[in-house]
Amino acid sequence: MKRTVFANRWLPYALVLPQVLVTLVFFYWPAAKSIYLSLFKSAPFGGRDVFVGIENFVALLSDADYYDSILNSFVFATGVTALSVAGGLVVATLANQKIKALGLYRTALLWPYGIAPAVAGIIFLFIFHPAYGILPYYLTFVTAYEFNWLLKGWVAMILVIVATAWTHLGYNIAFFLAGLQAIPGSVMEAASVDGAGALRKFTAITVPLISPITFYLVVINMVFAFSGSFGVIHAVTQGGPGHSTEIMVFKLWKDGFVGLNLGSSAAQSVILMAVVIALAVLQFRVAEKKVTY
Amino acid sequence: MTSLIRHGTALALAVALVLAAAPSYAQKTEIHFWHAMTGQLGEALEAQTKEFNASQGEYEVKPLRKGSYAETLTAAIAAYRQKSPPHIVQVFEVGTQTMLLSGAVYPVHELMQHNEIKINWNDFIKPVVGYYTKDGKLYSMPYNSSTPIFYYNRDAFKKAGLDPAKPPKTWQEVEADAKKILAAGAAKCGFSTGWPSWTMVENMHATHDQPFATKNNGFGAVEGVELLINREFGQKHIGQLAAWQKDNIYSYGGRAGTADPKFVSGDCAMYIQSSALIGGFTKSITFDWGTGELPHWGTPYKKATSIIGGATLWVLKGKPTKEYRGVAKFLEFLAKPEQQMSWHVNTGYLAISNTAVKNLEQGYHFVRNPKQYTAFAQLTGLPPTPPAAMKDKKAAPPKPERVATPNSQGLRLGNFVQIRDVIDGELENIFGGKKTAKQGLDDAVAKSNTLLKDFAAANKP
Repeated sequence: MKRTVFANRWLPYALVLPQVLVTLVFFYWPAAKSIYLSLFKSAPFGGRDVFVGIENFVALLSDADYYDSILNSFVFATGVTALSVAGGLVVATLANQKIKALGLYRTALLWPYGIAPAVAGIIFLFIFHPAYGILPYYLTFVTAYEFNWLLKGWVAMILVIVATAWTHLGYNIAFFLAGLQAIPGSVMEAASVDGAGALRKFTAITVPLISPITFYLVVINMVFAFSGSFGVIHAVTQGGPGHSTEIMVFKLWKDGFVGLNLGSSAAQSVILMAVVIALAVLQFRVAEKKVTY
Repeated sequence: MTSLIRHGTALALAVALVLAAAPSYAQKTEIHFWHAMTGQLGEALEAQTKEFNASQGEYEVKPLRKGSYAETLTAAIAAYRQKSPPHIVQVFEVGTQTMLLSGAVYPVHELMQHNEIKINWNDFIKPVVGYYTKDGKLYSMPYNSSTPIFYYNRDAFKKAGLDPAKPPKTWQEVEADAKKILAAGAAKCGFSTGWPSWTMVENMHATHDQPFATKNNGFGAVEGVELLINREFGQKHIGQLAAWQKDNIYSYGGRAGTADPKFVSGDCAMYIQSSALIGGFTKSITFDWGTGELPHWGTPYKKATSIIGGATLWVLKGKPTKEYRGVAKFLEFLAKPEQQMSWHVNTGYLAISNTAVKNLEQGYHFVRNPKQYTAFAQLTGLPPTPPAAMKDKKAAPPKPERVATPNSQGLRLGNFVQIRDVIDGELENIFGGKKTAKQGLDDAVAKSNTLLKDFAAANKP
């Protein structure tokens, strides 16, 4: 790699300064503040911050509900990632064919990503709500099965997974499309000449060649599902029924902003941060070995 | 040229007007009022503040909607911590204990005393004022109060061969009526509920004179309070709901008001929800409907009054002393019988002073709008239909049917927002068949007790 040498000693620092400042102010400062807050029990209106050390963490780790929320987070994140990455790849492959009005399809496919999670949640609510959703209403004409995810935890979980995966699908499609188009046509032609079918070409050429993108998307989708998918849960299930869809990020919001338990909420965000960092590291350690660059 | 001169003159005139108007406008002290009222309720609130602003020249109340109740409270807390709180914030009833112990509140009784404004609080309905009173002193200004009542679809009742003038009064009757309605195909489900913890746990314990928590439902002390909802009565009632859920006699429709469409669409023939929905239902429901009192299990339980929900206005500390005079004036304005009456008529929330109620009676308001009377009767213990005495002055005044007991005066719990969430969650586990009523309620009590203990520890004097 070519090493750039600046004549002025301070110029390179000045150039990276804005980025460093943004990162410090918007990422490191809040993160540090969370860690600080997590060591205190504070009255909602302030004035009484009592240092409690790791008590907030101890309380969380001895609370069965908290483990449920961790488990829910893993189920949710795995579901969302699997569905939106696999779905994204399938749709991107379809959109990579030479068909009429391709530009139109591609644009339309990216749209869901432009919809805010909370809005997507509201849309899903209007489609699926047992009391006023359009789908349960039509279902009553076909079957006696009552589509009541207000009481069935696993149905609710599937619903929020599908809704969240849908909001993130466009993002994945965009990346896969770029990856697919970067595959040299000559490689594909050579495979065809050798007599490979569509499936064989897909598994032997496409999958390995786009593996860096798949890997990147898995990491990003996991992180997104863990920490950025608050909107859908908030709009659709509010963590219910019971605590079936209460993922970590929703619980920490609820305990902090509704329950006003700031110390516990901060401790939860620290744990969430640790989990997400650990996941990313693990993925880099394990999965990256299988990635062909 | 002449037009230019004319324009110039007009401009100068306009500038002069603005200059003349500006100082008097600037002198008005702004009173910030953060609230959580939406739709028709928000409009009624804005109208009230406008009327107050027009009634005097010194103060300008500026209402600002900050989202849901929880969001409004969080916003006020954040602002208070930044040392720029609003003067007035609307807080829901479950936040009462948090506010009382926050140290951030300027109690209403002190505010009024300091500004030498006398309000006859004895004129206010006791169950409302009592909820926000500590050691005989009022801490926040009662604003929007409601209580759960029973709604029923008269058309469905007719279709099922039931008397549309007679809503069920007991749970046994609810069950029997629901079965007839289902058999006749008049509706898909018997009844549903809004705000499950509030209507089915908190108010059922109150109206059956059962304690919800120890230490006088939390009114007696902060420390050592524990829930009692997993006892015989709680298990019986919630267990019965779970059983009915299987037969569609009961149909769970989610937390807060998400079940409203079940009743509005005609799916469920009966509904238990806040009396504040009367206004909305009047606009949106196309069938003939009526209201009744909350069903009761009968003997051996006493029939007691129900408890309120809604919100009050809290005055926050941290503002210049002279501005509080405007706050006091505004609260005095809200306490006037005329304001109480128009607020009640426009929103469906209760008129909470006896004078306002008496004035409404004299205008035959309740006789003409019997639905509006149900909540008032249930809170004060009177029979659910407007008494004949309202039309016929010689008729005997009605005798109370419900008793007011310590168990029905309200609840004062720390971390109540979370406790309600815990109860709602466990109810879902029970209705969904994941847990038995006993298991679910035991778990709800255990979790809530931890929350209560946390709160007591964090608020040691």
